[in-house]
Amino acid sequence: MRNTIVSLISIVLGLIAGGLLMLFIGASPIEGYTYLFQGALKNISRIGDTLATATPLIFSGLAVAFAFRTGLFNIGASGQMLIGGLAATAVALTFDLSRPILLIVMVLAGIIGGGLWAFIPGLFKAKFNVHEVVSTIMMNWIAYWTVYYVVPGYFKGEFLETESRKLAEETTLRTPWLTELFQGSYINLGLFFGVIAVIIMAFIINKTTLGFELKAVGFNRHAAEYAGMKVNRNIILSMLISGALAGLGGVALYTGNASSMQIGILPSQGYDGIAVALLGANSPVGVFFAALLFGILYSGTGFMNAMIEIPPELANTIIAIIIYFAATSVLIHRVLNKFRKTRSNSNDVDGPVGKKGEA
Amino acid sequence: MSYVVEMLNIRKEFPGIVANDNITLTLKKGEIHALLGENGAGKSTLMGVLFGMYQPEKGIIKIREKEVKITSPNVANQLGIGMVHQHFKLVENFTVTENIILGSEPLKGMVLDIDKAAKRIAELSKHYGLNVDPHSKIEDISVGMQQRVEIMKMLYREAEVLIFDEPTAVLTPHEIEELMKIMRNLINEGKSIIIITHKLKEIKAVADRCTVIRRGKGIGTVNVKETSTAQMAEMMVGREVNFKVDKKASTPGEVVLQIDSLSVKNNRKVLGLKNFSVEVKRGEIFGIAGVEGNGQSEIVEAITGLRKVESGKILLNGKEITNIPIRKRIESGIGHIPEDRHRRGLVLDYTLENNMVLEVYNKPPFAKAGLLNGSAIKNYAKSILENFDVRSGEGGASIARTLSGGNQQKAIIGREMELDPDLLIAVQPTRGLDVGSIEYIHKRLIEHRDKGKAVLLVSLELDEVLQLSDRIAIVNNGELIGTVIASETNENEVGLMMAGVSKERSV
Ligand SMILES: Nc1ncnc2c1ncn2[C@@H]1O[C@H](COP(=O)(O)OP(=O)(O)OP(=O)(O)O)[C@@H](O)[C@H]1O
Ligand SMILES: [Mg+2]
Repeated sequence: MRNTIVSLISIVLGLIAGGLLMLFIGASPIEGYTYLFQGALKNISRIGDTLATATPLIFSGLAVAFAFRTGLFNIGASGQMLIGGLAATAVALTFDLSRPILLIVMVLAGIIGGGLWAFIPGLFKAKFNVHEVVSTIMMNWIAYWTVYYVVPGYFKGEFLETESRKLAEETTLRTPWLTELFQGSYINLGLFFGVIAVIIMAFIINKTTLGFELKAVGFNRHAAEYAGMKVNRNIILSMLISGALAGLGGVALYTGNASSMQIGILPSQGYDGIAVALLGANSPVGVFFAALLFGILYSGTGFMNAMIEIPPELANTIIAIIIYFAATSVLIHRVLNKFRKTRSNSNDVDGPVGKKGEA
Repeated sequence: MSYVVEMLNIRKEFPGIVANDNITLTLKKGEIHALLGENGAGKSTLMGVLFGMYQPEKGIIKIREKEVKITSPNVANQLGIGMVHQHFKLVENFTVTENIILGSEPLKGMVLDIDKAAKRIAELSKHYGLNVDPHSKIEDISVGMQQRVEIMKMLYREAEVLIFDEPTAVLTPHEIEELMKIMRNLINEGKSIIIITHKLKEIKAVADRCTVIRRGKGIGTVNVKETSTAQMAEMMVGREVNFKVDKKASTPGEVVLQIDSLSVKNNRKVLGLKNFSVEVKRGEIFGIAGVEGNGQSEIVEAITGLRKVESGKILLNGKEITNIPIRKRIESGIGHIPEDRHRRGLVLDYTLENNMVLEVYNKPPFAKAGLLNGSAIKNYAKSILENFDVRSGEGGASIARTLSGGNQQKAIIGREMELDPDLLIAVQPTRGLDVGSIEYIHKRLIEHRDKGKAVLLVSLELDEVLQLSDRIAIVNNGELIGTVIASETNENEVGLMMAGVSKERSV
């Protein structure tokens, strides 16, 4: 509840700051935001595109949030997405299976690829106490160069050296009925997987013994060890699940939103996952809505840029500012406390509730 | 005589509880003032109000006769108020000097002037007889020394009013004596001190006046000289307290725990326990006495599986457990009240309910097929918390962090006793408990024994070991010096053995 309020306030402050920036470069904020939101939500096809833009962010956000809930900082969502996407692409380009089976195998390949990519840092952390921030970043670059090597080597596109072959329409996550429903948008099954992932993660974290253990290890590994939980196994498992989520995001990104893989690019969605998780206060539902918001900002910015003299980088700037406010939420907590105190006269500057949200 | 601090009619509420209800406390210049009260009575909260961590809903605070609003610890510092918390707040891999200047770093032009600070710390240390080395790292020094660093922090900031929240709970008896000396020095230098402690002996030894609170309400302030410890205890809990432990002679049965020439390495990677052998039987409380750091932690951690065994064997009920996983040990009947409740005992960010099932969350009825059963957990927790009189604002739903230190301890004890283990390992079980709770916990430990279970008691308080135990093993420098029967020994004999003087009559 309180975290939600803080996130909402961060968003409003970020939007206000973005408005000021628009004023500063001589544009009208009202017009700017009108075009931005029109660009994202004006018609059914644009809404579809916005949802599709948000889909990989749901996954990367969940990946980061899940790891974080268990005390780990997974910065490697980008690399895990790349490998997940590469695995799914390879499956789609190699095997000649009926569509339902092919999609299932692609999804599994993505999950395994992403999971494996995070499993390695997890293992290093558990066995050699290598900090996961360092190793996941290194794994990002290994993924980057792996794609650089594998794509031209084995799945070279017809015209371009730097791209994989295009997937046939029936081997992607796009489905005709969805495309029709959203009037030609590139929205795809990835969104459904995303929703399912949100539900599953919420379920695991809150209702299962696995979630109980993972969180306990995240909060206090010494106490978890004392209580007989296998700390190292939990660290590895947590990274594995986190990576699997990111890998699935890669499937959605490269075989749903896009239909080929380019070399030489680490997907920015992986890093955005950190911001999404932060804004969503690491709760699955929060991550879902934060990803939608980012989707709106990203997909509306092109239209805004076309209609009025505001550079598309503004969306990134607004996101950055929102994150800034969300990250410094302590300040907002304090203001809220003051506010509550003047009304009910019963809270402190640094009360018990203030401590929970400072993830 | 003028007052340096006057806290008048202070009220502070937390969700579900009034922690301070109309409490008044005054501190004279140059006095040591004790604050006494049951666990959860509101002592730490009251001091938190004085130190600016909490804002009171009602009441007035005057410092040197001027009314003030202490809105943050920084303001408190400026007013000359310093506090040593129940749990220290030091940066482990910083040096003493770095920790002390943190937040008020001295500058020479643009750069940090560490040398100047270190020099000043050395001077202060000499002046007050603190004996701290400005250049050693926190992680390398003892808990007692760390506490002195906290004291130094206050002195460095020129605090006039020093607050100590349960400073002696983590100290060895010798360190406690040293601390008392330091406190007297501080008074001679014109400082004023408020000290929270549950140990009435200590209040008798150093304090001038004592303010007693019970369940958030002020009961009164007395002159320590004119009041007996029994009177103070009664003021605090509202009934007479029995300081003597009543117990029948033990009737030991078969062996529960057998330790056979056990050797274990300590944190410094050298043998902290050497060739150690004992047997603990059903129906007895087996005490381990020794000066802190002489192998006690190594024994406990080897039995519970938190530390690797170098050589030797551990048997529980005749089955070897030397190398089995921790969970298996818990399942085969070991309960453990750990030494450090924050590090091992609790997941502070979990609710009390979740903490009460920390070891059994995956067993029916708390879980079925990997799914948690919230209501079963709730009911289980509720009965433990009621049984052990754990007081908190919102019952089982309270976050463990918000509980008072003593109530956290009671919750852990309740959890471990509820497992009904064949072997209960109790390390400093009554650390931080008020006299009433100590009486109750002692009773429960003896009941556990009388049910035919074994209790392994590790405590730095010789009194406690002597009173509760049936047999006592004395360790020194990682070696077993000897085993004595509690009813046939005394403080002197055990004290000598703790110093390493071994003795013929072993049992
Ligand atoms: N931050 C907090 N949020 C909610 N409740 C709190 C908080 N701090 C303390 N309380 C509650 O206020 C009451 C008083 O706590 P306090 O820590 O002052 O007790 P205490 O007298 O220091 O006890 P102890 O001797 O066990 O340390 C307790 O019931 C505790 O649960
Ligand atoms: Mg306290």
